[in-house]
Amino acid sequence: MAENGTDSRPAPAPAGAYPRHWRRPPAIQSALARRLLAAGLVGYLVFAFLNIEIDVPRLLQGLPRGLDFLRAFVWPDFTSRGGDIFRGVMESLAMTLVATVIGALLSLPLALGAAGNFAPRPVYHACRAIIALGRTFPEVMIAIFFVVMFGFGPLAGVITLVVATIGFLGKLIAEDIEACSMAPIEAMRATGATLPQILVYGLVPQILPRILGLSLYRLDINFRESAIIGVVGAGGIGATLSTTFDRYEFSSAAAILVVIIVIVLLTEHASGIVRRRLL
Amino acid sequence: MITAAPPLLAIEGLRMRYPGGDEALRGVDLEVSEGEFVSVIGSSGAGKSTLIRCINGLVTATGGSCRLEGRQILGLSGRELRLLRRRIGMIFQAHALVDRLTVMENLLSGRLGYTGFWRSALRRFPPGDVAAAFQLLERVGLAGFHDRRADRLSGGQRQRVGIARALMQRPALLLVDEPTASLDPETARRVMTLLRELAREHGLSVLANLHDVGLARSFSDRIIGLRHGEVVFHGKPAELDDEALGVVYGTEAFSVA
Ligand SMILES: Nc1ncnc2c1ncn2[C@@H]1O[C@H](COP(=O)(O)OP(=O)(O)O)[C@@H](O)[C@H]1O
Ligand SMILES: [Mg+2]
Repeated sequence: MAENGTDSRPAPAPAGAYPRHWRRPPAIQSALARRLLAAGLVGYLVFAFLNIEIDVPRLLQGLPRGLDFLRAFVWPDFTSRGGDIFRGVMESLAMTLVATVIGALLSLPLALGAAGNFAPRPVYHACRAIIALGRTFPEVMIAIFFVVMFGFGPLAGVITLVVATIGFLGKLIAEDIEACSMAPIEAMRATGATLPQILVYGLVPQILPRILGLSLYRLDINFRESAIIGVVGAGGIGATLSTTFDRYEFSSAAAILVVIIVIVLLTEHASGIVRRRLL
Repeated sequence: MITAAPPLLAIEGLRMRYPGGDEALRGVDLEVSEGEFVSVIGSSGAGKSTLIRCINGLVTATGGSCRLEGRQILGLSGRELRLLRRRIGMIFQAHALVDRLTVMENLLSGRLGYTGFWRSALRRFPPGDVAAAFQLLERVGLAGFHDRRADRLSGGQRQRVGIARALMQRPALLLVDEPTASLDPETARRVMTLLRELAREHGLSVLANLHDVGLARSFSDRIIGLRHGEVVFHGKPAELDDEALGVVYGTEAFSVA
């Protein structure tokens, strides 16, 4: 038989009494603890299901309205509110672009401060705290906060998206900075370069493609978010969407959702192409 | 009255303790004269890298003295330290190039200490620097490679760029940290030959950590053996016999052979 490939015989048994069975050791050593944990988990799941109150009459009542809504998707109405939709989309796009650019620029110094291999301890902890704060609250809550503070409209939306972008990019870029190679950075330091020069020559080339890629990724997240936070009054297409829902204009609502979906798909596709080019 | 010129580099009683670590250098004395090629050998962890990093302030020595051209350089900081670093070219292992930059940008980065922030950030280096870079590139055998990205070079080519980058500084002293690590023996020998020739042409002194005793023997004027942060050998290549090697690397390593 051929030497390689087709020989399916088991390896010859070695002489002597070696164990012939081996199992990966379990993560939790004690068998009792394992069983208790599994039982607890299953018990909790059952309990949790029982706690979701399912109100059957209300479900039946809502069903026709849900069907209405779905039916509207078959004939989305782009024209009756065409002007509003166009203005909403334009506003959302502007909010998204402005917020992503500002957020990305602000996140850079913050990310540097949050990178353990560059920042002194106190700066590091301060920057990590700011980033964590930006990531703790969902966008909708931040938006409500800024709507209360600045009133309805796109300004609150832009500020919300800037905060969210800083939290997102700040964390990811800080991690990239921490993962980058220190050898070229040390080489730049050894030439007598100043810190800004060391960053521009030693660090930026290592992380620039990721900064651009992540910013583009955040751009399409921000567009989606702008539709959501608009519902709580932070401007953009979300505000238009909210109005149509309030008036039960499901065909117009469906039109808006179709527009959002198309734009999200387009931006995702476009940013995917650009990101692949960068790397 | 005639006084002997001070050595280019004079180190006395140099001590270095990393925060929370052992003493990496325990009182090292060492001199490098004008135009001299001195190698430092020793096992991994002996303190070779620490020694040369102390000299240009990449790590801060905790004691002793280190003079370049007669001037005390320990304790310098900020602008003074940067001005000192311009006089000292450093050659690292081949991976210390900036991968995503072109060969030309890597070379010109040797001029950062002489160039303002915006000029360097916008890649508007003085014409003299650009011309010097093209000339050096040709000298190290990489004519025509200026627009190639550094990560598209072979190990030997990368190290040639590393050498050219250090020479762009027009330094008085070259510090070299295991330049041939990760190179095959043939390439390593060529890189060392080039380094030796260029040091002669530019009248440079060299202090080089080498992990390869053979290379240290063939390229150095003088060899320093370091063990546990102390100088345990000091002499000409011919004086580095098996007994001396036993002292530097520990007798165990050679009793087997
Ligand atoms: N950044 C550091 N922090 C703490 N200890 C270090 C650091 N760098 C080196 N050391 C220690 O200092 C000693 C000398 O290291 P090094 O100078 O790198 O030796 P070599 O270059 O000869 O291999 C070693 O014991 C090493 O563990
Ligand atoms: Mg070393």
